[in-house]
Amino acid sequence: MTKMDPNTRRIVVTGMGVCTSLGAGLDEFWQNIISGKSGISRIEAFDTTDYPCRIAGEIKHFNPVEHFKNPKDARRTDRFTQFAMAASNSAIRDAGLDFERLDRDRIGVMIGSGIGGLLTIEDQHTVLMTKGPKRISPFMIPMLIINMASGMVSMAYNLRGPNIAHVSACTTSAHAIGEAFRNIKWGDSDIMVCGGSESPITKLSLSGFGNMQALSGRNDDPARASRPFDADRDGFVMAEGAGILILEELEHAKKRGARVYCEIAGYGLSADAHHMSAPDPQGRGAARSMRLALDAAGVRPEEVDYINAHGTSTPQGDICETMAIKAVFGDHAKKLMVSSTKSMTGHLLGAAGAVEMVICAKTLENDRVPPTINLNNPDPLCDLDYVPHTAREAEINVIVTNSFGFGGHNATLVAKKFN
Amino acid sequence: MAEKTIEDKTREIIVEQLGVNPEQVTPNARFIEDLGADSLDTVELVMAFEEEFGVEVPDEEAEKLLTVGDVVRYVEEKQTS
Repeated sequence: MTKMDPNTRRIVVTGMGVCTSLGAGLDEFWQNIISGKSGISRIEAFDTTDYPCRIAGEIKHFNPVEHFKNPKDARRTDRFTQFAMAASNSAIRDAGLDFERLDRDRIGVMIGSGIGGLLTIEDQHTVLMTKGPKRISPFMIPMLIINMASGMVSMAYNLRGPNIAHVSACTTSAHAIGEAFRNIKWGDSDIMVCGGSESPITKLSLSGFGNMQALSGRNDDPARASRPFDADRDGFVMAEGAGILILEELEHAKKRGARVYCEIAGYGLSADAHHMSAPDPQGRGAARSMRLALDAAGVRPEEVDYINAHGTSTPQGDICETMAIKAVFGDHAKKLMVSSTKSMTGHLLGAAGAVEMVICAKTLENDRVPPTINLNNPDPLCDLDYVPHTAREAEINVIVTNSFGFGGHNATLVAKKFN
Repeated sequence: MAEKTIEDKTREIIVEQLGVNPEQVTPNARFIEDLGADSLDTVELVMAFEEEFGVEVPDEEAEKLLTVGDVVRYVEEKQTS
């Protein structure tokens, strides 16, 4: 094969799928996002009486069997892999991919997760304590390992290209999309099924995040608990689900007459090198991540119309991100629109970046900017245009989306309207 | 209602774990060739039989349980001995 020139290969989004607490499919999800609807509710998966946080973006009626060709695969996969499979099926259908006519050696999968099969670990640990080691499932290891979502999707569609799972807490799926973008650009593949999946509504997870004092305690008012940039915010609200995008090399997409949502134009990544869970106090890592992504995209800061913020609704995080945006965009920071859709979705951890990239692609497609809901009393230190309460119509040509994770990982994606 | 036989219970476990139709689970059906089990499924099945019937199946004996009928006969013998 002739060597491909990364500088001439352009990467577009040709399919998307989500699995969230905000509606069954992509269309319903987008309608809910644009209507400013909250997906947060009381947790029903288990009795939360003893837990300080009792709310989440929980998917109430999920039937895993519907998403597998072989019903027994639903029994031998963790919930995070089941979400990944559901969202991948939707994205592949949405992209109109007919794999019979494509070179499957050049189609890969990159689906990450922040934590992986925690539910499986908890269940099997209970078996170990009550019945002993001889009763541990032979499926425990394949169920809990994070890479199994990427593995199962490759098996379901016989996709034999690059296959890997990135892990970087809440930056996971932004990294997965960025690395998939580079993989295609470099010429190693033509199509990537990429994104993230998470099933964090478990007893251990709720206790662990709760004891970090990371979660909102607004249990009596779930829909108003996630309130990024608001003075009364008190932590993030966990959510479960998956976001999957089909990234494709432009000429490949054109050849098969694919519908194009937008172009992925740039990717930047950095580390805070500061603290396990707290962001750099000046947001320096976040700022560097944004600058690198803009440089990679060949976009000047003043060309950016909208930023989908990481904005988790934690006291420190929202201030640091605001500072980082001001540092990168200068005077333009006050002119561009910024919103945190986590106000509606909650925080999908390793799936957040992908779900938010899906929202950005729909924003570019529809020229409608999703709001930050619950922003009733803006924090004086958060003084940008966060598109409070209601969606806004505006011509959107360039977007930026940020993801930051425990461990000090930062990633930024830049996408453009495709003309 | 009549009490469930060993064969009934065996069939239920196999249907549940392998996601096959009850009609497929005949005495001569082979776990791997006919019911689509892989090596991990067979380990999990033996564990489920041990749990359900209160028997212990050593690895060298588990290897000889190739069909549904093999399991039913094995459990019957173990329970009467």
